[in-house]
Amino acid sequence: MERMNHMAHVSLTVDGLTQTHDVEPRTLLVHHLRETLGKTGTVVGCDTSNCGACTVLLDGESVKSCTILAVQADGATVETVAGLADPDGTLHPVQQAFHQHHGLQCGYCTPGMLMRSVCLVRENPEPTEDEVREGIKGNMCRCTGYQGIVDAVMAYAETSRTEEAGR
Amino acid sequence: MTTTSESPATETPPEVGQARLRKEDRRLLTGRTRWTDNLILPGMVHLSVLRSPVAHATITSIDTEEARAATGVVGVWTGEDLPEQGAMPTAWTVSEDMLTPPLLPISVGTVKHVGDIVAVVAATSKEAADDALELIDVDYDEQPVVVDPVAARAEGSPLVHPDLGTNVAATWGMDSVTLGTGGDAAEAIRAAQADPDQVVVRRTLRQNRITPAYMEPRSIVVDPTSEQVTLWSATQVPHIVRILMAMTQPIEEHELRVVAPDVGGGFGGKLQFTREEALVLLVARRLQIPVKYTESRTESMQSSHHARDQVQEMTLAARRDGTITALDVDLTADMGAYLGILTAGIPLLGGFMFNGIYKIPAYSFHCTDVFTHKVMTDAYRGAGKPEATFGIERMMDELATELDLDPIEVRRRNWITPEEFPFATAAGLTYDSGNYDQATDRALEMFRYDELRAEQQRRRESGDPVQLGIGVCTFVELSGLAPSRVLGGLNYGSGGWEHSSIRMLPTGKVEVVAGTTPHGQGHATAFAQIVSDELGIPFDDIILISGDTASSHKGMDTYGSRSLVVGGMAVVGAARKVVEKARPIAAHMLEANVDDLEYQRGRFSVAGTDSGIMLSEIALGTWLAHDLPDGIEPNLDSDCTFDPENFSFPTGTHLAAVEVDTRTGRVALRDYVCVQDVGVVVNPMIVDGQVHGGLAQGIAQALYEEILYTEDGQLTTGTLADYLVPAASDLLAFRTDTTVTEATTNTLGVKAVGETGTTAAPPAIVNGVLDALRPLGVEDITMPCTPLKVWTAIQEARSGSGAHDEGSRS
Repeated sequence: MERMNHMAHVSLTVDGLTQTHDVEPRTLLVHHLRETLGKTGTVVGCDTSNCGACTVLLDGESVKSCTILAVQADGATVETVAGLADPDGTLHPVQQAFHQHHGLQCGYCTPGMLMRSVCLVRENPEPTEDEVREGIKGNMCRCTGYQGIVDAVMAYAETSRTEEAGR
Repeated sequence: MTTTSESPATETPPEVGQARLRKEDRRLLTGRTRWTDNLILPGMVHLSVLRSPVAHATITSIDTEEARAATGVVGVWTGEDLPEQGAMPTAWTVSEDMLTPPLLPISVGTVKHVGDIVAVVAATSKEAADDALELIDVDYDEQPVVVDPVAARAEGSPLVHPDLGTNVAATWGMDSVTLGTGGDAAEAIRAAQADPDQVVVRRTLRQNRITPAYMEPRSIVVDPTSEQVTLWSATQVPHIVRILMAMTQPIEEHELRVVAPDVGGGFGGKLQFTREEALVLLVARRLQIPVKYTESRTESMQSSHHARDQVQEMTLAARRDGTITALDVDLTADMGAYLGILTAGIPLLGGFMFNGIYKIPAYSFHCTDVFTHKVMTDAYRGAGKPEATFGIERMMDELATELDLDPIEVRRRNWITPEEFPFATAAGLTYDSGNYDQATDRALEMFRYDELRAEQQRRRESGDPVQLGIGVCTFVELSGLAPSRVLGGLNYGSGGWEHSSIRMLPTGKVEVVAGTTPHGQGHATAFAQIVSDELGIPFDDIILISGDTASSHKGMDTYGSRSLVVGGMAVVGAARKVVEKARPIAAHMLEANVDDLEYQRGRFSVAGTDSGIMLSEIALGTWLAHDLPDGIEPNLDSDCTFDPENFSFPTGTHLAAVEVDTRTGRVALRDYVCVQDVGVVVNPMIVDGQVHGGLAQGIAQALYEEILYTEDGQLTTGTLADYLVPAASDLLAFRTDTTVTEATTNTLGVKAVGETGTTAAPPAIVNGVLDALRPLGVEDITMPCTPLKVWTAIQEARSGSGAHDEGSRS
């Protein structure tokens, strides 16, 4: 028995590259990113939108890409961890901060943490430690106990302020 | 050839001890990761697993016809459709009376827990496979269920495995009389009861069932078309998976290659040989195309192994000055419905550690492993030892309360003093070194203990609704699994050695092959530091190869805090053999006598001269082999298989300050200080990370996490919405320090650190909560100390209707 799949047309600009695909309407953005667009840096950690490992920037806002259908992102700009560093390999300041402060161990939560941190610091350029902890509460980490991550985000915030001030 | 090359390495500080930033980071930070679920192979199909929605049932029929006909489905198999499936193994026969229930990759005819496997579907997409599951029609004839391990032991309980005739999986014991390490605990306790100058404290303590909850769900891909069948798995133990698969499923060891690519956390939860691994291989072999299975988080919660889940009957006898005279431990340990590779033995590891850091004149331990209709338990960070540490550390506080002694003081009166090392414990182990006074004094100082006690007193006197509690844990952890002879004595199914081989490349770079399997611990960084010091090769010129049985051909993988203590020693052993192979070549190249050579950090020099040569130059010369001495093989590469002579024993003092809001039951973390002795520190940054991660998990067991089943075996904490893995806002900044007493049982002097946090934090937290609430009449609260439990305990104490919830005093 043949089944007609009603596919939807989705056009996304991901890490600077615009691509168009037909997708099943039920396809989550995270699966579209991983399986069709090759953005395997973005990962799935749960099935109830609790863990935040799938966090990307959607039109500049941090969102859990498991909670968005690919069709909802049609026409949007998506930034994933794969697009953070410069083309020549120079790490983005947030990546550099996580490196300096041991903000990762197994690395599974890291893409989500990085993207969330970019948004957090942009919205709150001078966060307190408590504000950082609150701000990343949607991103679970099982390895670090969060201490290295909080240190990294605080350091990243300071670096960003210094760079802003330097302009 | 003579050279006078300088050795920059000898002038720079050693690598070991430095907080080197990690080699692993760059790939992980830039998304160039290789998780198993990333793999897409030509023609690959996806596996979905049909799992039982009920806890105990006879399957009276399964109809897969509709599923087989569904779009995209290439196959559907029940257990009967896979006659080649082999029984899943256990790797530790703990006792003569141990009963191992049959466990097939797909259960046939009966299910024993929610999540038990009933059928599998392979389809061209994961969606198609998942959709087809819903088309499989299973008739479950439900049977009686038992979920409480104490009830399961009792006469008349529903049987999990009726054919076995009992719910007791195994019994095991040890005691100081049989071990020759002390007196008869039962006699000593009887004597204490009759003695007005002694007290006997009895408590029933409860270890909550929890789950490792690694962030990366398990994933498996099998490619049956390659020369060796290749199985990629998000596992901690590729070597163990390989051998167990070969011993139980229709594949030979040499036909199978197992690869752990990037693995997103394990914590013991990925120390397993799983039914799903067997199933992906079986289906792939049948179809002769690649097959992938990635679990959902819900599947992980209902099928990957859980942990802890014990009822502990503790009896501690002591003189009125607080010195212990006897300790008796009687455990009921919940296995779940089936036995995983180490399930039955996890509580036994704890049996060695209930005595803690204390001198116990008479000790007895008895454990009853019990089946229930739940997921199997097995290893999770600490594996039996957090349970033991909780037991003894809670009892030390109970003893302090009984005798109205300060909890630190009562510990001091019992712990082993520095001059008494090496110390033969009541449990038959020998602790090599330690200094509990030093760590405790430092911790008390950092914690501002006296100030906090004063504040606690003020709050009590003023009747402050928010009370302050101080929790203590002084502990030792059994690490560095393990001396193979000890494992043999315990009838454990493998040895405890580790292997490394070092390959000296002609361009002066080094490949370190190790049999350990990192999944976040920073081995590439730490091993490079060690090798750099041994061979004088720059840190950046050293790479680690691990996790693949094709390239790390020999290993026992990573768990039990063994990678540095055992694996690191294998690396050192291999490095030193490289140096010894290089020695006659160096002598030849320097035109000197072998006996006149000195070696230091990569440079051979002729004693009393400036003449010398770097190991990296020798590597090139060896590879060229144009001018080697007679009888010397043109090869510096060496390997070492290291078997430790003893476990390692990291120790520490943990102090927790908690604020308990008596109006809401909410426990807030005010401060957490820990001073630990992990021996020589290779990389202090990595050590800190391991401590922080362990503390978070230990605090979570005490305050947030619990796997809950209803009376009829329904798992109610099947998602991360219900199972409370803490977020950053649920924790605080830990304050840590280290003291160092070098391990005496390995040349690096290292002790291990990975499992210390999960071991020490739960009793520190719970002791703190009870310390805050005892004046209100609260005597015990079982973990996790949720607001509801804490509030209820306070209400009950106030109303005098019983000062505890499930823990009881007898």
